[in-house]
Amino acid sequence: MDGIGASVLTISPGRLFRGSVTTFGALMWSGFRRYATYRQATLAGTFTNIVFGFLRCYVLLAVAAASGGHAAGYNPRQLATFVWVGQGLLSVVGMWGWTDLADRIRSGDVAADLLRPVPLVTAYLAVDLGRALYGMLTRFLPPLLAGALVFPLWAPARWQTVPLFALSILLAVIGGFGCRFLVNASAYWLQDARGPLILWTLGSGVLAGLYFPLRLLPHGFAVTLWLATPLPGLLQTPLDVLVERDRPAMQVGLVGLQAVWAVVMLALGSLVQRRAERKLVVQGG
Amino acid sequence: MGELRAYAALMAGQFRAMASYRASFVVELVSNVGGTALDVGTVFVLFRAGRVVGGFTLAEAILMASITAAGFVLADFAVGNVDRLTTYVRAGTLDAVLVRPLGVLPQLLLMDLPVRKALRVAIGVGMLGLGIRLNHIHWTPGRGLLIVVAPVAAAVFFGAIFVLSASLSFWWVDSGEIGNGFTYGGRDFTSYPITVYGGWFRAIFAYALGFGFVAYQPALALLGRADPLGVPARAGYLSPLVALLVAAIAAVVWRAGVRHYRSTGS
Repeated sequence: MDGIGASVLTISPGRLFRGSVTTFGALMWSGFRRYATYRQATLAGTFTNIVFGFLRCYVLLAVAAASGGHAAGYNPRQLATFVWVGQGLLSVVGMWGWTDLADRIRSGDVAADLLRPVPLVTAYLAVDLGRALYGMLTRFLPPLLAGALVFPLWAPARWQTVPLFALSILLAVIGGFGCRFLVNASAYWLQDARGPLILWTLGSGVLAGLYFPLRLLPHGFAVTLWLATPLPGLLQTPLDVLVERDRPAMQVGLVGLQAVWAVVMLALGSLVQRRAERKLVVQGG
Repeated sequence: MGELRAYAALMAGQFRAMASYRASFVVELVSNVGGTALDVGTVFVLFRAGRVVGGFTLAEAILMASITAAGFVLADFAVGNVDRLTTYVRAGTLDAVLVRPLGVLPQLLLMDLPVRKALRVAIGVGMLGLGIRLNHIHWTPGRGLLIVVAPVAAAVFFGAIFVLSASLSFWWVDSGEIGNGFTYGGRDFTSYPITVYGGWFRAIFAYALGFGFVAYQPALALLGRADPLGVPARAGYLSPLVALLVAAIAAVVWRAGVRHYRSTGS
């Protein structure tokens, strides 16, 4: 009985790689199923995304109209697409509301996670990718469709845009997970991560380009944000890729930067986790 | 008297709980201040690109955004905690609140002490000062009264919207983020001149839901500007009436909700 059973996953030493892939897939699927059970919450969240889509779209279009049809190099179609795709992407990246790790550290449940034979960061990443996949299937399109009913949108003109956009979304999810993991992991030291979580909620929205395209900011400040923080990689970069704000070479460069930050954030996450495991005192009796 | 003492005890307990996670609390306090500054900062960024947006200058827009900010932080400070109701309803924790011989709403508000939001109130009021300074308002007794009443009315209005949004979870436990669309969404709506919005979206938010009377109409009355959308200039003075009306609706809905609540039980 070497290999993988139908219902129980066993990892044999001989097929380590295949075993890891299967485990990762199983964890992803569990994340997908978990979020798929919150159907009403999905509906409620979509409604809210659409309300904010209208708010931001109207404001940005008014800004563009006031400055002669363009704002920060975007035309109205690009702006509208930026807003509506951004509203869908927000829940795919899952920027807000993820406090699982912080809650489990506070309650001591994290001890159970540490007993598992999968590194904690990997396990949480797999579950989060499953969540993102569910978000992509349910939360991404509805705001876009609602926006398309009222506003003229931008259709990509270059064939590379679509695959590059898909890759950029994946990197945004991974980078976003890395950020949220670190924010949650502050609970290892603070016990209560509510402060860092609120800082994250308030800061990430504006610095990732959710409220307005970051290019509306002074040039130097925007460039610093891009190079020195992973935040523009969470929304601004995929959206810029989709609306073809830059030339193809520049777009590839931005996605490359996004990839670098995704790797850095995951590495930081693992490092922090290792440091935390050395000092963790599980709460409770 | 005993009731007051009970509330004080609840509050003291919360205060102790909070004080035990000091670092987190400090970060939270600072973030809250930053968040409020950010909302008004966004207006600056957008007006950097276009000098006159929706027919209004930056100074005029800041006046609207600052009335909104002052009203919203006051409301959030006073009743913002009520948005945690959905968690309590889902977990059944509300039972513990209902069996105590105290008001449901005051207890919920004290279940999560808003000290961390206190600094925000100062920032919000400071923003209002900025909004007044940037504009050349011809002061009359009416306008002097309005500049005090409008933010308070805005606070009552937003407070009522907070309570209404939270009440939704009595009937629909998973209503989750829908409330945010009206509380935070409403704040974003009234932070800009409503001329920037179009069609039925503006009609619903500004007039049907009343958000147009939170900051836009009072600001027009303060500035002595005619409304490009044709609503009489005096409409700004109606903002307290609109706020009271919404507050009355919120009170009725809240009571109906508490009566409707059936614990989760298993």
